[in-house]
Amino acid sequence: MLGIETSCDETGVGLVRGNTLLADAVASSVDEHARFGGVVPEVASRAHLEAMVPTVERACVEAGVRLDDVDAVAVTSGPGLVGALLVGVAAAKALALGFGRPLYGVNHLVAHVAVDQLEHGPLPEPCLALLVSGGHSSLLLVDDVTKDVQSLGATIDDAAGEAFDKVARLLGLPFPGGPHIDAAARDGDPASIAFPRGLTSGRDMQQHRFDFSFSGLKTAVARWVDARARSGEPVPLADVAAAFQEAVCDVLTRKAVAACQAHGIEHLLIGGGVAANSRLRTLVVERAAAAGVAVRVPRPSLCTDNGAMVAALGAQLVERGRAPSALDLPADSAMPVTAVVA
Amino acid sequence: MLLLALDTATPAVTAAVHDATSVLCTSSTVDARRHGERVAPMVQQVLAQAGVGARDLTDIAVGVGPGPFTGLRVGLMTARTLALVTGARLVGVCTLDVLARAVATQGANADAPFLVACDARRKEVYWAGYDGEGRRVDGPAVDRPVALAARLDAAPGPSAGVFGRGGQLYADVLPAAGGPLDPDAAVLAGAVLSDAVPLLAAEPLYLRRPDVTMPGQQQAQPPDGRLP
Repeated sequence: MLGIETSCDETGVGLVRGNTLLADAVASSVDEHARFGGVVPEVASRAHLEAMVPTVERACVEAGVRLDDVDAVAVTSGPGLVGALLVGVAAAKALALGFGRPLYGVNHLVAHVAVDQLEHGPLPEPCLALLVSGGHSSLLLVDDVTKDVQSLGATIDDAAGEAFDKVARLLGLPFPGGPHIDAAARDGDPASIAFPRGLTSGRDMQQHRFDFSFSGLKTAVARWVDARARSGEPVPLADVAAAFQEAVCDVLTRKAVAACQAHGIEHLLIGGGVAANSRLRTLVVERAAAAGVAVRVPRPSLCTDNGAMVAALGAQLVERGRAPSALDLPADSAMPVTAVVA
Repeated sequence: MLLLALDTATPAVTAAVHDATSVLCTSSTVDARRHGERVAPMVQQVLAQAGVGARDLTDIAVGVGPGPFTGLRVGLMTARTLALVTGARLVGVCTLDVLARAVATQGANADAPFLVACDARRKEVYWAGYDGEGRRVDGPAVDRPVALAARLDAAPGPSAGVFGRGGQLYADVLPAAGGPLDPDAAVLAGAVLSDAVPLLAAEPLYLRRPDVTMPGQQQAQPPDGRLP
């Protein structure tokens, strides 16, 4: 199974055989976006077009297979940046059409769940998935990764990764912000500043029990840094980074574990770029263990966007006999998780 | 020799199969917002109707614009990937040249120099200038219709006017000469096989830099707004 991912700024091409990862080639345009402090859709789309063929070739070399050995093609058809998605979808269709192989247009978020099978074997189902990246912050209830996925909650404003990027920017750290804040926070005191925990108060918990909000947190950090700078005192970078990171990870892990308990789920899976955050990994393991929930986190290279995750989901779709997509498959920037395959 | 030609740089999607003797099959549709959905089924259809398989292709020719970026990329990505799959030779053709070829072969310009213009959105047109025989002598470029009109006024000698959607859309300022409005892959294939158009790399002719929306700012383009 060949998988193609172009929903944001990574051009990913993966090859898998069942649960075995053969190749995971990724070309990123992140450096081209860095000077803008965020992903520029048109820049990403142009980069996908240029990177696609070389990345497909690299994946084949890495896997030691010929392109015409591929039995089926899977591609992220949503959600994501529509112009970026369309490049990957066009490439996948041409492969499927050229080789006469089936095409599967798959959901990006569900692929983030399915990728774990490449590292830890068959998925425990049902399981709960916390997906946190620059574009998404979602809690998914996965009964069957090929056909039955429900959204329990999601961010109502900024994604967690977006909050990391924005806070990094106001602290003068480079884009993408996650790794830089993680590193800066290591020397800081997470309890030094009490930043707000979004959607955790009584009334919010009734309406948004498993939703997230990081916009207020970002504003609180901006205000705190601004007040500090105005008073002429130095901004304690490490403490701000640590306290901000703690606020994000606290809410994410608290709600994820609570969702497991509320639904009687014993397995929690973490995915998305923010899953590479060291504090999130530590805290989730700690809290899940206390609640009797087993945690699975794929290695960081499989957590960020890649083609192997798309291939992994495609392999499951074939294994469980799901129908492939038609050649007029559209790219759907707002594809809901209830649609695993388009 | 089996050539697949396709173009997605305008509101049209068009594909044709040519065997160096004749066009075996051609198909076109105008559906500006669904290029991504239309191209692959259309390629599959023209191949099937021509009675050939994708892997029989020896050559692929693709329109490289200029045109709206999202649709343009769909055609280029399809052509590049099919070339990878089939090992076919891949060439690019300026989409405006395909329209000009149709104008010249129909004699619509009556041997006079002419322009071809397509809608570039944002009140601009993509355009190129051709001599009486349909050879490109100017462009491709992107400009406001008034700037193009001024350029035409300043040019010496007669002109057959502006063909294509760009002329039609801005007929109030440009000397619109009518159709063809959209490129036809059968014309594209014929032009490539008869060496009637310059062959280019299969690289998109964007002619504009990407729009960049900075956090907290309005959408803006770099001041020069154009690639060198």
